[in-house]
Amino acid sequence: MAATAGRSGDRGFRYSLVAPSIVILLLIGVFPLVYLLVVSFQGITMMETDTSFHGLLNYRLLFSDARLWQSLLHTIVFTVVALPIELGLGLAMAQLFIDRLPGRQVFVALLVLPVVVSPIVAGATWSLMFDNRFGPVNEIIGWIAGKEMPLLWTVKPDLVYVAILVAEIWQWTPFMFLLLLAALSRVDRSQLEAAQIDGAGYWRTFFRIVLPAIWPVMAVAILIRGLDLFRLFDIVWALTKGGPGTMTETISIFTYVKGFQQFETSYTAAVALLIIVLLSVLVLTALRRVSLSR
Amino acid sequence: MNVRTRSALKLGLRYAIAIAITLFFLFPIYWLFMISFKTADEIYAYPPVWWPSTLQFGSYAVLFRDGDADTVWNSLVVSGVSTVLAMFFGTICAYSLARFRTGGDHLANWIISQRMVPPIAIVFPVFLLYVWLKLVDTYAGMILLYTAFNLPYVIWMMRGYVLDIPVALEESALVDGCSRWAVIWKVVFPMCRAGLFATAIFTFVFAWNDFIFALVLTRTEVTTYTVQVTHYFGGQSNFWSKISAMSVLGTLPIFVIVGFMQRYLVRGISLGAVKG
Repeated sequence: MAATAGRSGDRGFRYSLVAPSIVILLLIGVFPLVYLLVVSFQGITMMETDTSFHGLLNYRLLFSDARLWQSLLHTIVFTVVALPIELGLGLAMAQLFIDRLPGRQVFVALLVLPVVVSPIVAGATWSLMFDNRFGPVNEIIGWIAGKEMPLLWTVKPDLVYVAILVAEIWQWTPFMFLLLLAALSRVDRSQLEAAQIDGAGYWRTFFRIVLPAIWPVMAVAILIRGLDLFRLFDIVWALTKGGPGTMTETISIFTYVKGFQQFETSYTAAVALLIIVLLSVLVLTALRRVSLSR
Repeated sequence: MNVRTRSALKLGLRYAIAIAITLFFLFPIYWLFMISFKTADEIYAYPPVWWPSTLQFGSYAVLFRDGDADTVWNSLVVSGVSTVLAMFFGTICAYSLARFRTGGDHLANWIISQRMVPPIAIVFPVFLLYVWLKLVDTYAGMILLYTAFNLPYVIWMMRGYVLDIPVALEESALVDGCSRWAVIWKVVFPMCRAGLFATAIFTFVFAWNDFIFALVLTRTEVTTYTVQVTHYFGGQSNFWSKISAMSVLGTLPIFVIVGFMQRYLVRGISLGAVKG
């Protein structure tokens, strides 16, 4: 529309189209950030509304808060374990379904259901599954072991991570599967056939042809899931609320507890800003390598 | 063994694996749904009952009697209204970004980056803002928040769909004397109807499934179903039948909707990176 662009009426028109969205995003996205910054320099807690300037006090506290860094560590553990497993399983499933398989549409339609379940409901579902006495998981393990196995999945320190990871991986592997299946179906068949004729083996073909072809989609999938895992809250909340103790507390749960249960308002503001800064660094690094846009 | 039987065997094996995988992913959902139809005795039976002898609807009756089921209505109101608002404002914004390159790449990137901020970091200052504006536990507050939260997604997706529309159509409408707004109403919206529909569904699902925003910003008046489910958690005395029935009330509509829009699923959940 270069021919019609440049008229002043057009300019007003195009800005009036973006204006409402920008206003809403400024109100809910940017204003709170500024407010966060202001509050983080104050000393507001449950007991007092001390709005005097406290300088970098809250930020200094961040560094000595072991629970904060542990929650960050837990978040990283969940991410680096769940993400590769989801990716690997999703890819394996996509490979299974990419060749001719009558009724594939039905399988895909069913497999996608976990993805659209609310994560808090997914967490609740698995807490029913993992119940030590009335849940089917221990029942099945009991059949295999040949004796009763009343495992306390959401209480025992050595089991609780497994429980959360199983729920997380159950819900999001189909997401990876769906995206990778779509990517695989776009791989140029003639290239694969040419490679086969040249006598290239399965793995050689996969790494030389398939992987480069699906990489853009894979990268986007990793980015989306990585961001989701960094904010992990619902599933953990439903299963353990961060417990036992603070063993499975993620950074989002830590922030929630500080802000809405212990009411350390100003400190929580500093924590929230820390999260945003950490995430921005991660995303900018990732986006240098991946481009979401076509 | 000839080639034919070998390929038949291979297909059979792949079927077996495919069915096993599907069962694994569906079983927890089956378990969740089934508990809502069990009697209390069957729920707390040891060993667990895998197949209820009769279908009981008592759990649902309790939820409707006590008014707990109203939370599904609250979810519907805040998700529905915020979806309509986000779709309208988001689509006209996307149109401007796509056709006029308003603000260039910077504005588009800034908008999508809004989506990446973790909800907990947004909801904390928004809560402080809402206390001040008296918007905590109101429909207006929740609708505003979900609209803002979903705008980047809508803008991003619709920008892609608008770019798929041939510009020539709009130009000929302009030549025919349509106003700029009329072009949007009469050409753009109808042309990307499928995209509008798919994007609206996802926008709705994101708001519908949200937990953390509703946890922080609702109390009693506009509690959504996700928060209501967690009200039944607690120590030894889990109200399992209520957890299950409430979850089914919230999940079943989503399953129905998604069943109707398989075609748009991939593009929707991949933020438009994969065209379905």
